[in-house]
This record gives sequence, C-alpha cells and structure tokens, in this order.
Amino acid sequence: MKALRILRRSVRDSFKSIFRNLPLSMASIICITITLILVSLSLFLSYNVRQITKTLEHELTVVVYLKKDVTENQKKEIENDLKTMDNIDEYRIKSKEEFKSEMQKESEDLATAFESLEGDNPLLDSIIVKVKDVSDLKETAEKLRKYDFVQSAEYGEGMVENIIGIFDAISIGTAGIVIALVVVTSFLISNTIKITIFSRKTQIEIKRLVGASNVAIKLPFVFEGFILGIFGSILPILLSIYGYTILYNETHGYLFTRIITLVPPFPFVFIVSFILVAIGSIVGMIGSWLSVRKHLKI
Amino acid sequence: MRLIKVEHTYKIYKNGTTAIADLSVSIDKGEFVFVIGPTGSGKSTFIKMLYREEKPTNGQVIVGGIDVAKLRNSKVYKLRRKLGVVFQDFKLLPKLTVYENVAFALETLGLPNSEIRPKVLKAIDSVGLKEKTRNLPNELSGGEQQRVAIARAIVNDPKLLICDEPTGNLDPETSKEIMNILEKINQESDTTIIMATHDKELVNKMKKRVLAFENGVLVSDTKKGSYKVHESTKDIKKKRS
Repeated sequence: MKALRILRRSVRDSFKSIFRNLPLSMASIICITITLILVSLSLFLSYNVRQITKTLEHELTVVVYLKKDVTENQKKEIENDLKTMDNIDEYRIKSKEEFKSEMQKESEDLATAFESLEGDNPLLDSIIVKVKDVSDLKETAEKLRKYDFVQSAEYGEGMVENIIGIFDAISIGTAGIVIALVVVTSFLISNTIKITIFSRKTQIEIKRLVGASNVAIKLPFVFEGFILGIFGSILPILLSIYGYTILYNETHGYLFTRIITLVPPFPFVFIVSFILVAIGSIVGMIGSWLSVRKHLKI
Repeated sequence: MRLIKVEHTYKIYKNGTTAIADLSVSIDKGEFVFVIGPTGSGKSTFIKMLYREEKPTNGQVIVGGIDVAKLRNSKVYKLRRKLGVVFQDFKLLPKLTVYENVAFALETLGLPNSEIRPKVLKAIDSVGLKEKTRNLPNELSGGEQQRVAIARAIVNDPKLLICDEPTGNLDPETSKEIMNILEKINQESDTTIIMATHDKELVNKMKKRVLAFENGVLVSDTKKGSYKVHESTKDIKKKRS
C-alpha cells in the first residue's frame, strides 16, 4: 500500500512538475520531437532502401543453357537436383520454342530472321534459376556448370558482384545512419532532461532534507522523463503514419520506376511508431534516472 | 536522556582547512541549545554534520542512536526522518502552496492522505498560518515563509529540530516571533532544538545553553549562557598544548 501510494504520488507529481515548469518541459518535448522526426526519416529511408535492394537482388538470376542434344531424362535429373539444392529459391524451365516466340514478339527483325530458318530453331532450352542468397550466385552457377549437358550458366559475372557489393554497402550505411541517429537522439534527449533536472537541484536537495528516500526522489523525475518522451514522440508518430501513408498512396507504392517499390505502410508505420515511442520514453526515463542520481551524491 | 553525542570529531576539508577540531559535546533530549561564533568558526559545519550534510573526517557523531559517520549516502533519509531542519533562506519549493510544502515531507514517507491532512493542518496552525494554506511562498512575507519552513520541519514530530540561522534574514520583531514559536515547540513537545545564530540580542535574552565556536574549536559550553566575546582560539590552543 505504502509503495503504491508513493508510486501514485510520483505520477501525480511528475504531471504537476511538467505543467509547473512548462517552458522547460516544452523545450524538452520540442527537442525530443525534432530528434525523433530525424530518427523516423532515417528508419523509413533505411527500411525502404533494404526493401529496394532486396527486390533488385531478387531479380538477379542464373540462366542455365542446356546443350542442344539434351535428353528429357537429363532435364529431369537437373530439375530433381535443383529441388534439393539449399540456395535455390525457385526455377523455371524455358523451352527453346518459348524463347523463340518471345523473341519474335519482341522484334520484327528477329521474327523475319526466324522465318528465314524455315522452322529450324537454333536456340537452346534453358532454366532460369532464382537463388535465396545472391552472394552465393557465383557458387550456384559454378555448380550448375558441372553438368555435361549444360552448355553454360550465366549470371552477369562482374557486374552482379559489383551490384551486390553496392547493395551491401548501402544496407550497412543506412543501418549505420539509424544507429548513429539513435545514439545522438539518446544523448540529446538525456541532455535536455539533465538541464530540466539541474534547474530543480534545490527541489531535490529539499526532498532529501525532509527525509525522502533516493527512490522516492527519483521516481517523479523518471515518470517525468517517460511522459516527456511520450509527448515528444506524438508528432513524429503522426507524421510517420500520415506522411508515409500519403507518400505511398500518391506514388502508388513505386518510386520513379516499378523496380523501386516502397514498403507497404501497414503494419510498417506502426512498427516505426513503436520504435519512436520506445526510444523517446526509455531514453527519457534513463536520462532522468542518471541525472537525478548525480544530484543525490554528497 | 542523551540525544546527541559527539566525540573527538574532526572535519578537515579536501583543501586542508580544518573546520572542526577535536570536538566533544553531548546534548540531551528536550534541550534548547544556541550555537554561536563568527563566520568561519565551524558552527555551520557542526550543524551540518548533525543532519549529515557533511561527514566527519574523524571521530563519532551519534544522533538519535544513528552513527552519522558510518551512514551510507542511500540511507541518509533514515536520519533525516528523525529530525527537522530550518534554514536561513527557508528552502521552500516556490511552486508548491503552503499546504503542499508542509505535506510533501509526509508524502515522501508514503503516509495516507487521511493521516497527512490533520498533521499538516495542525503544524500550519501551530505556526499561525491557518489562513494561508493555499498561498504560494512568494505571496508570503519573510517571517511567514520561515514559519512555513518550521511547520514543515515539525510536521513529522521530530525529536530534534536543527535551525541554521533561522532569523538571519528577518527583522528583530519577526525574529522574536520565530523565537517564540521555537520556544513553544521546545516546551510543548519536548523537542530538542539546536540553533546556530549571530543574533546576540536573542541569545542574551533567551538564557539557554550556548556552545561557542572559534576557528573550529568549541571554546565554551555554558548553561543559561550569553553571547560573549571569547578568548582567541590561539590562546586556547596554547593552553591545551
């Protein structure tokens, strides 16, 4: 009961304190809001960049050309092997007839050229293989090249490796930006709260003088930090939910080209909102706890 | 019954200044003691050691059975709950009303409101501020603010009331009022009062026990004493050696 009363009074006091020290509380809230907006932007950027790189990576395939004299049994053999290979996401057999009709549709010149061959099809049967992990693209292609009846297995050597390298760098870079921003945000929020608490040094001193235990002194400040963090995250959350949903709807989920797809807003915006409110409130609480602790040492 | 026991206590600050040297004194329950001395004499350090604002460097300071020197920082509240402290600058929370300022000493103890309210009103009444419970400190005179500070200090019925120059900022008439309140508390509830002061007139008039400090040394301890000019500490030190 006693602990509960202290807890209830701490919550009451923290609200009172926020409103009685409104200018400083507002300064803290604005600081938290600005930094969390930056975090929110970096989260959207980073997650979408990852999504785009994933989409692009998914488009990377190994095209396996089978020799002209390949038998049906050999085709079945490679198909069965593809089914058991770990890194294979999906594959599709593309017959030379299918290939031919595609080419005929694509260009009139090619169609004329095929007509001149009088029914003969010089193209090869092929298998288009998509892998789970593009970094193993080369290895997968090399495995497939080992079959006698495989003419070649191509995946755009050189260029693909470069693209994968760039994608990895982008992923690491954006993750780094998010982490750096979270650290900076934590620092800024806890510093603002420190200033708020410093201005109430006398209050802490008086509380100690009248026999308040350290925990009883800290609690209202911790709640205050928590509440300031929550208040500070309201605007970034609203901006994240509405801003991103509007952007997604206006662009129909694509940016410039159909390859660059945006992450659908739901439940993405809610995850981002949760992260924002968690950063705001937790950093607020920890910042307060540490700042008060400093003033409790004699 | 002994409430405070100080034995061979020293307080030496990090810069080498000796604020208290070989102090031994004891104070009984219900006593009213003045602590006098010029600025820098060590009287404030002595007072601060009693409520563990300062830690003795050597020796023993026992207040209400608690050894102040051994008291851990996180346990200081246990000592503070046994005593009340009144300061020259009142130390009231400016954004809390008179009632809230007095009540929050009890709130921190986790007492229920039903217990807090009558105690707070009784304390405010005893210092004559019944009509001002809803006022903020800046709406009160200096004397009234000091009375609020006294109400806050006595609300928990402490055995010991420490007053660090409580009349230092007040005019003689208001000082007299404050002294009357303190004397009433001392007599009615048998609360021990230790008061540091510069006010010669007050000390001479009240005829209480007087501890006189000079250069960190207790130079005299007199029952029903007065504010005298004492021998210089140098002479005393010479005599001791």
